[in-house]
Amino acid sequence: MTLNMGPQHPSTHGVLRVALELDGETVLRAKPIMGYLHTGMEKQAEYKTYTQSIPQTDRMDYLSPMSNNLAFCLAAEKLLGIVPPPRVQAIRVMLVELTRVSAHCVWLGTHALDIGAMTVFFYCFREREKVLSIYDHVSGQRMMSSYVRVGGLTMDIPEGLLDRCQQFVDEMPAHIDEYEKLLTKNPIWLARTVGVAPLTAAQAIGLGATGPTLRGSGVDWDLRKKQPYSGYETYDFDVPVMKDGDAYSRYKVRLMEMRQSVRIAHQAIARVREFGEKGEYRLRDFKYVLPPKEEVKTSMEALIHHFKIVAHGFFPPVGEAYAAVEAPKGELGFYFVSDGTPRPWRMKVRSPSFINLQSLPTMVEGRLVADVVTAIGSLDIVLGEIDR
Amino acid sequence: MALTQERVDERLRAAFPGASITRQEGPAVRDYTLHVPADTIVEICTFLRDDPELEFALLSFVAGVDLLPNTPRFEVVYSLLSLTNNLRFTLKVALPDENPRVPTVCGVWPTANWHERETYDFYGIEFTGHPDLTRILLPDQWVGWPLRKDSPLGYQEVAFTHNTPNRTKPAPSLTKLKPKKVKYRAQ
Repeated sequence: MTLNMGPQHPSTHGVLRVALELDGETVLRAKPIMGYLHTGMEKQAEYKTYTQSIPQTDRMDYLSPMSNNLAFCLAAEKLLGIVPPPRVQAIRVMLVELTRVSAHCVWLGTHALDIGAMTVFFYCFREREKVLSIYDHVSGQRMMSSYVRVGGLTMDIPEGLLDRCQQFVDEMPAHIDEYEKLLTKNPIWLARTVGVAPLTAAQAIGLGATGPTLRGSGVDWDLRKKQPYSGYETYDFDVPVMKDGDAYSRYKVRLMEMRQSVRIAHQAIARVREFGEKGEYRLRDFKYVLPPKEEVKTSMEALIHHFKIVAHGFFPPVGEAYAAVEAPKGELGFYFVSDGTPRPWRMKVRSPSFINLQSLPTMVEGRLVADVVTAIGSLDIVLGEIDR
Repeated sequence: MALTQERVDERLRAAFPGASITRQEGPAVRDYTLHVPADTIVEICTFLRDDPELEFALLSFVAGVDLLPNTPRFEVVYSLLSLTNNLRFTLKVALPDENPRVPTVCGVWPTANWHERETYDFYGIEFTGHPDLTRILLPDQWVGWPLRKDSPLGYQEVAFTHNTPNRTKPAPSLTKLKPKKVKYRAQ
C-alpha cells in the first residue's frame, strides 16, 4: 500500500510530504517530497543587493533567524575580506546562542508533542517566548529580526538588554532540568525513542548529515570548535556527543547543547559588559559598511558614503567565498559568486534541514509507521529552509 | 603535520598525471579551488574520499553556476570536507552550453543524490548515471530551468490564473538580463 503522509500532516512540521510504501505497518520505502514552500530565494538574491537579501534569510529557518543572518553576513564578510570588531562578535555570539536555545525549545516541544507528551510543549514555548521578546527588544521584531548586518549590526544593543539576557540565562538551566524531569527517564518517552530511527556514524557522514544529527551518531564535529568563527575559539564550552545514533541520543545531544549554549551566552554577556553597554557596533570601513547615523548628520563624507551604500549597495571584489556556521540544525553555509557588482552573481544556500532530511529513508525503512513521526521529529527540520 | 590544501593539490596532480587540473586564480577567490575535467570527476572524488591521508568523507554541497556570456557556460561546484583533517576543498567542473552533463558522484557520497537533483532542477545540468534525476523543489511539470541567467525573475504564469487572460507577460529576449522594473501604483 502507498500512503501519503503530508503535506498537511501535523507531525511533518510544515508541508513535507512523505510517500510511504507499506506492508501492513512496516515501511518498505519512504520518499520525502518537498518544494511546496519553494520561493526561489537563491534566484531572488541575484536581483537584490547583499543587504537586501538579509531579511530573506530570516524566512529560511524561521526558528533561528539570527543564525541565518550571521551565516549570510560571515560569507559576505569573507568575500569582502573584512572582520567586524570584537564587541560586535561578542554580541553576535550572545544572540546566536540564545537563538540555539530557543530553536531547540521549539524542537523539543514539537517533537514531544508528536510523540504524545503534550505538557513539554507549553513549557518549551514559554521559554521560547522569552527569547522572542529579547529579539523584540534588540531588533524590534519577534521573529524576523534581520539584526546582523555585513560588517556589524543594525544598531547598538538597547539599554537593559544585557540584564534581560542575564536573567534569561540564569533561569534557563532550571527550566532545562524541568524538561529533563518530564522526559529523560519517562518510560513512554524511552519506549518511543530508544533504538528508534537509527543512523550509524558512517551512514550519517555519507549522507552529509551535520549538527546534532551527526553528533547523535557519535561523530565529534562542531564547526564552533573545529573551524571557529566570531571568536568561538575563546569561549569555554564542550561539544556533547552520543554514541547510539537513535532518536534518544539526538534528544540527549540537543538538551546538553542547550546547557552549553547557556554557558557560552553567560561568557558572551560578560564580555559585552566588559566592552561596554554602548559602544562600537559596526566596522568603520565606509566602503562596505554604513557610517553611524550621528556622523551622517554632521559629516559630509559620511553622508556621501551613506548615500552610495544605500543607493547602490557595496561593491565586493570579483571572486567567490563560502562560509558556514554551526546553526541549531547543522552546518548552514552560504556560497557567493561575485562578479564585482553589488548583487551576487550566485548565492547558494547549504541548508542543513534539506541535507539532514535525506537520511530519513535510511532511518525508517523496515520499521513501523509510528516511528516515521519520531524520525522526522528527531531530525529537526524546518520546511522554510528545505524549500528555500 | 596538519594537512594543507596545497598538499591535497599536489597529491591529486600526482594521482592523475594526465588530467588537466588548474587552480582557480583571483584576488578574492577565498577558498582553494581546483578546476578538474568533467569526465574524471568520479575517479577524482573516489580518490579524495578513499585516500588515507586525505579522507574527504563528507560532501558539503554541490552547486551549479551559470556564467552566461562566458564559455564554457556552466560550472558545477563540489565542496568537500575532511572531518579527520578538518579541511575544506573545492572542486569545479566546467560544462558547455549545449547538453551540459557530468557523471554523478552519488556512488561516492550518497548525499550527492539530492544536491544533484537540485542542480538539475535549477540549471538543467544532467548528471549521467543518477538513480533518480527528477525535479526536487519545483513541480514535475515545470518547464524551463529557473536559475539560468536567461530565465529572468518574474514573467511566470501565476498559479491558478490559467483561465484569466492577460495575466502573463511575454518573456523578454535572452539578452535582457536586468532586473525587472516595477511600477508602483497607488491603489
